[in-house]
Amino acid sequence: MLLMDSSKKISFARCIRDGDLVIVYERHDTMKAVKVCENSVLQNRFGVFKHSDWIGKPFGSKVFSSKGGFVYLLAPTPELWTLVLSHRTQILYIADISFVIMYLEVVPGCLVLESGTGSGSLTTSLARAVAPRGHVYTFDFHEQRAASAREDFERTGISNLVTVGVRDIQGEGFPDEFSGLADSVFLDLPQPWLAIPSARNMLKQDGTLCSFSPCIEQVQRSCETLRSDFTDIRTFEILLRSYEVREWKLDHSKPDDGSSVACPPCKRRQPSSEVSVVDNANSPAVMARPSAETRGHTGYLTFARRKCVT
Amino acid sequence: MSESKPESGPVPNPRVTWEGCSVLLDINDGDRLVFARLSAGSTLKIGNKTFSLRPLIGCPFGSLFQVESGKEKPYLSRFVPPTEENNVQDEGGCQSQEESRDNRAIIDNNQAQSLTGEDIEAMRRQGATGDEIVEALVANSATFEKKTQFSQEKYRLKKQKKYAPRVLLRRPFSRSICEAYFKKYPARIGFLRVDALSLLLSMANVTANSDVLVVDMVGGLVTGAVAERLGGTGSVCSTYLGGTPYPIEIIRMFNFSNEICKRILRCSFNDLCSVQNDMGEQVNQHEDVCAMESQSNEKTSLSVSTEDVHLSSKNGDTDLVPENELSTSSKTCKAPKAGEKATKEVIQSWKENGFSSLIVAAPEQDAWSLVKDLLPLLTYSAPFAIYHQYLQPLATCMHNLQHEKMAIGLQISEPWLREYQVLPSRTHPCMQMSGTGGYILSGTRLYTNTSQP
Repeated sequence: MLLMDSSKKISFARCIRDGDLVIVYERHDTMKAVKVCENSVLQNRFGVFKHSDWIGKPFGSKVFSSKGGFVYLLAPTPELWTLVLSHRTQILYIADISFVIMYLEVVPGCLVLESGTGSGSLTTSLARAVAPRGHVYTFDFHEQRAASAREDFERTGISNLVTVGVRDIQGEGFPDEFSGLADSVFLDLPQPWLAIPSARNMLKQDGTLCSFSPCIEQVQRSCETLRSDFTDIRTFEILLRSYEVREWKLDHSKPDDGSSVACPPCKRRQPSSEVSVVDNANSPAVMARPSAETRGHTGYLTFARRKCVT
Repeated sequence: MSESKPESGPVPNPRVTWEGCSVLLDINDGDRLVFARLSAGSTLKIGNKTFSLRPLIGCPFGSLFQVESGKEKPYLSRFVPPTEENNVQDEGGCQSQEESRDNRAIIDNNQAQSLTGEDIEAMRRQGATGDEIVEALVANSATFEKKTQFSQEKYRLKKQKKYAPRVLLRRPFSRSICEAYFKKYPARIGFLRVDALSLLLSMANVTANSDVLVVDMVGGLVTGAVAERLGGTGSVCSTYLGGTPYPIEIIRMFNFSNEICKRILRCSFNDLCSVQNDMGEQVNQHEDVCAMESQSNEKTSLSVSTEDVHLSSKNGDTDLVPENELSTSSKTCKAPKAGEKATKEVIQSWKENGFSSLIVAAPEQDAWSLVKDLLPLLTYSAPFAIYHQYLQPLATCMHNLQHEKMAIGLQISEPWLREYQVLPSRTHPCMQMSGTGGYILSGTRLYTNTSQP
């Protein structure tokens, strides 16, 4: 997934190869990750797709099934991966992920500690941000989930940037070997205040910390604990509102009987006009409106900086 | 420790200031933000006093400084807050449950304080510290004891900000630079809020070893943020229509190493599209750009050092770093040049491989007319993110992209950001909030067999 070496880099010259991971785009809300395998097929509502037809085509191609249906094959990115990965736990989505990475000031070369790993959604984006010289050490107390995460990181090609450990960070804290070396720490735990003293020891001076909590009581308790050794404590929530776009033809030749459903209300209508005063007849208008469904809440993001003491 | 050494080679993001580095000074906990360049001669004005910034050189980012009375004049001194200070706050939290005071009897007639301005000046001349003055004010306030716990804390904080102001030394990073501009000069960055900027970087999959095409009409903020994520690998091409490159002076506020700077390149749209470049013509243009750069370097480093982002300018003072800072800066610490014109070889390589992604931040332009010409320069399956202040141009652009089948996964998003005040018994969303951070159209370029030779 990540452009670690030039042979993997997506370019005009680069085509889909046997063994590549592709994102099969069926519809805007239906996508899945598939590993291309010479002898395999993909079967969905649009028909049967032979992987061998895909090999040699550029990413971004439209490919057809035996019965004429089609899908698109896209190159994987952390954003697409977040939408297709299997949810073993509740995950973070792009709005929270992108804000966390910006606010933690994660750049190439950073060392980042994370707990819990969960399904690895944020971890994948953290790996992208620290590449090529940095590293992400992520911990989860659930052995099976840690193993699944490791498998995912192999599949997406970021396993040389991420190390998954099985550890109860709330109970034991982060390993001592990282003391004073972390640029950033991210916590997604039920009781993050238990992990904050350890995070304090791990962080470099002026290093950044973020704690993600769904409940305000958790936030309050975390902030109290942060006050002794951290500064610049700020709590946010971030949401994304999406818009739908539609074309509407404003048909001015219709008489004004008020019952036409296809026409949106206009400011003024000449009952007998063919041509409107303002714009051309039958001119298409593109309209946007917010989507009816949207997320109301994911969690609160609390950021802080390790105080300088020397 | 482990096999990967995160900071092998030159330190990627140094945590200690050096002479000539660009810093962001945070005065009184976010009340006032000043960009400055540290040198022996640079100064900062707080209130009606001027302080040398020399004590800040060689200190870790995140250090706190407080105004101290010196033998000759006050100076900035490194200050480590004692942990007792925080215990007081925690105690306050516990006592709030037994709070029985309220403000029914407090009359706000400006007569509660018995110390006068002259008294305070006299104390200062005798060498009283800022904290001692604050305590004296508290002791001489007739209404202080009647105030609630929270009100007393607020009063103390207000006096401390005035008589013992503190300066926090901050690293300029995409986050802090964007926030500072958004608070005071949002129009210069097209009202691009920090969460919108972060979305642009994610949606365009900006990462090491990528070649990112950028249309940056927001002063260089987006170009700088992309370069920060590239970390000295790959390249960012800031392209422009017409003959004049867009100004990118904000880049100088990041402390970019030479390695990062040389990967920030500029190329006119015509040059990106044309097959051949006359070699001679290009060299002349390069020289012209260099000459322009060194002239504008002087001007822009002045504007960097005097860039002052007031948040609450009660007295209306505009504090400027005096011009002597400019002459020292050109001697010792000239900012490495970013934004060189792209060479023929690099342009050729971009054309052969295609750009990895596209970010457009042109808040006054029509999105579709830009995108339809730029999209063919992207490699197949490359993501793009287009920022605009207004919804309509993006709606039209999205519709056209769908109609022409140039892209998939199209989405228009509007980020919503709200900050919270979290204090014991006083937790609530902040009273002030930003109304808009703009809109973003994102998607992935499709392969069409008519697109690329």
